[in-house]
Amino acid sequence: MLTILFDGVAYGMILFVLACGLSVTMGLMNFINLAHGAFAMFGGYVTVLAMQRLGLPFLMALPAAFFAAALAGLVLERLVYRPMYAKSHLDQVMFSIGLVFMAIAGADYLMGSSQQFVQLPAWLSGRFDLAGIGVGRYRLFIILLCGALAFAMQWGFTRTRFGSRLRAAVDDARVARGLGIPVNRLFALTFAFGSGLAGLGGALGIELMGLDPTFPLKFMIYFLIVVTVGGTSTISGPFFAAMLLGVADVAGKYLVPQLGAFIIYALMVILLITRPHGLFARGRA
Amino acid sequence: MSTDSIEARVQRSLYGARRWHPAEIAFWVLALAAFFLLPRQLLILNEIAILGLFALSLDLILGYAGIVSLGHAAFFGFGAYAAGLFAKHASADPVTGLAVGMSAAGLLGLLTSPLILRGSDLTRLMVTLGVALILGELANSLGGITGGADGLQGIMMGPVLGLFEFDIFGKVAYLYSLAVLFVLFVLARRIVGSPFGLSLRAIRDNPLRASASGVPLHWRLVAVYTLAAAYAGAAGALLAQTTQFVSLDVLAFHRSADLMLVLIVGGAGYLYGGLIGAVAFKLLQDVIASFTPQYWMFWIGLFLVLFVLGGRELIHGGIKAVVGRVARLGRRAST
Repeated sequence: MLTILFDGVAYGMILFVLACGLSVTMGLMNFINLAHGAFAMFGGYVTVLAMQRLGLPFLMALPAAFFAAALAGLVLERLVYRPMYAKSHLDQVMFSIGLVFMAIAGADYLMGSSQQFVQLPAWLSGRFDLAGIGVGRYRLFIILLCGALAFAMQWGFTRTRFGSRLRAAVDDARVARGLGIPVNRLFALTFAFGSGLAGLGGALGIELMGLDPTFPLKFMIYFLIVVTVGGTSTISGPFFAAMLLGVADVAGKYLVPQLGAFIIYALMVILLITRPHGLFARGRA
Repeated sequence: MSTDSIEARVQRSLYGARRWHPAEIAFWVLALAAFFLLPRQLLILNEIAILGLFALSLDLILGYAGIVSLGHAAFFGFGAYAAGLFAKHASADPVTGLAVGMSAAGLLGLLTSPLILRGSDLTRLMVTLGVALILGELANSLGGITGGADGLQGIMMGPVLGLFEFDIFGKVAYLYSLAVLFVLFVLARRIVGSPFGLSLRAIRDNPLRASASGVPLHWRLVAVYTLAAAYAGAAGALLAQTTQFVSLDVLAFHRSADLMLVLIVGGAGYLYGGLIGAVAFKLLQDVIASFTPQYWMFWIGLFLVLFVLGGRELIHGGIKAVVGRVARLGRRAST
């Protein structure tokens, strides 16, 4: 039972890293980026290539995934995303679905449609018993790494100058712009950072979630659940939403496998009906 | 003129919009003529008619009521399964099956309509997507009823109206789908031209003001959502009956996404958009699939991106220019 909880937390941690970039971009520019998963997939493939072709160790491949995805985010934001901000939600959705389709077909073309695997270093594989709980080393590593990341982000979001500017811009972009905050540059940076995190999440998730060209579509719904349930104005909201989702999903799959993903979707619909502005949303006019 | 009461003016404009434009008549004559002119393409024509009906359904909620949906395939698939199961276990009569598919999907629309009444566009997109995914998951896990991943097999259809047997070339299939499309289209045309349709447009343009002027917001949205769901169910039922097979694919996400593309390409909010979009989409699919069958998705994605980034103005501007010129020529000829 506790093992399930542990695995669920690890899964939720990855979901959080994958989705938190999306939550910030969505909150900041009110932009629905369904293509967020494509950046995660990109990070995953970068890891696979770096390890298989270049022979980089796993720990070196992770930053590579982060920076590659962040760079891709920066370039794409500049080139194609920026004209989309002023358009309607529907256009944004269509646009990002188009990007997802292109990413899927492109990955299929370049990498083949089969599942990709990475060889974890020896000290990360296997599991040990801790007070009766089976603890997977890799999952423990994920929890520690992502937990540290979450703390760092929470700190950066609430304590630094960058964070307070970002929060101001999320709350009211127009007023923030009027106060001289460079909202566009802020957004480009955040977008790149969020994409980088997605890439990192994709790289970390190869072992747990698998990696194949349909990744962006398969997990799109998970990111969206995290964001809509967690709200877009905090770091902790998506964090707890991701935890909840991770534990519920893993528990559901272990305990009642025949229901499959049904539990998750039902949970999302119920949550959205009862709390349309997110589980942890602040009161907003 | 100015002495007319507002009621009389509204009535006249409604009646005016109800009159059939020559171009509309030409459109349907062409659709019928395609049956004789393209006897080898009847199967794809049938698919176009079904897709057109499906897009018409989305147009009712998106183009007229402004409800965005990423899960319209839920109703399509539900109608398809309902019609398929009905044909398999109850009666092989297509028209009854169509009615069953429509009412089943309409009922589902009615039941899920409270979900779309609340929240922003984003919540609506998510909830509709969630409903479609739940149905897909259900159809997958209830393999005993739906056949699961193997699809619903062994559907035998009787002749349409007891007279016309389905054939392998799709002759009856196309005429049947086209007839259903036409009947439902005329009904939809009548509905959007009615005061009810006007009130929907008012809600789309400004919900607050519409409700202030006495439009019962919720009930109107529930009504149109149910209607659109029934239309989508009809499209699904047609697919199930004419192909005599239902697979999990009818509930897949890409179906909803493609549908959105179809409607956006054709233009939402004037009923013909979905039909024109369906023709364009199927032709595009056919052309692309003939040289890169595997990477079809890439080109559709590229098309979507370019379209939203600026292609729409080009295409629609071009169409408007042509239509305007034709209309002017017609007017000159008539005077």
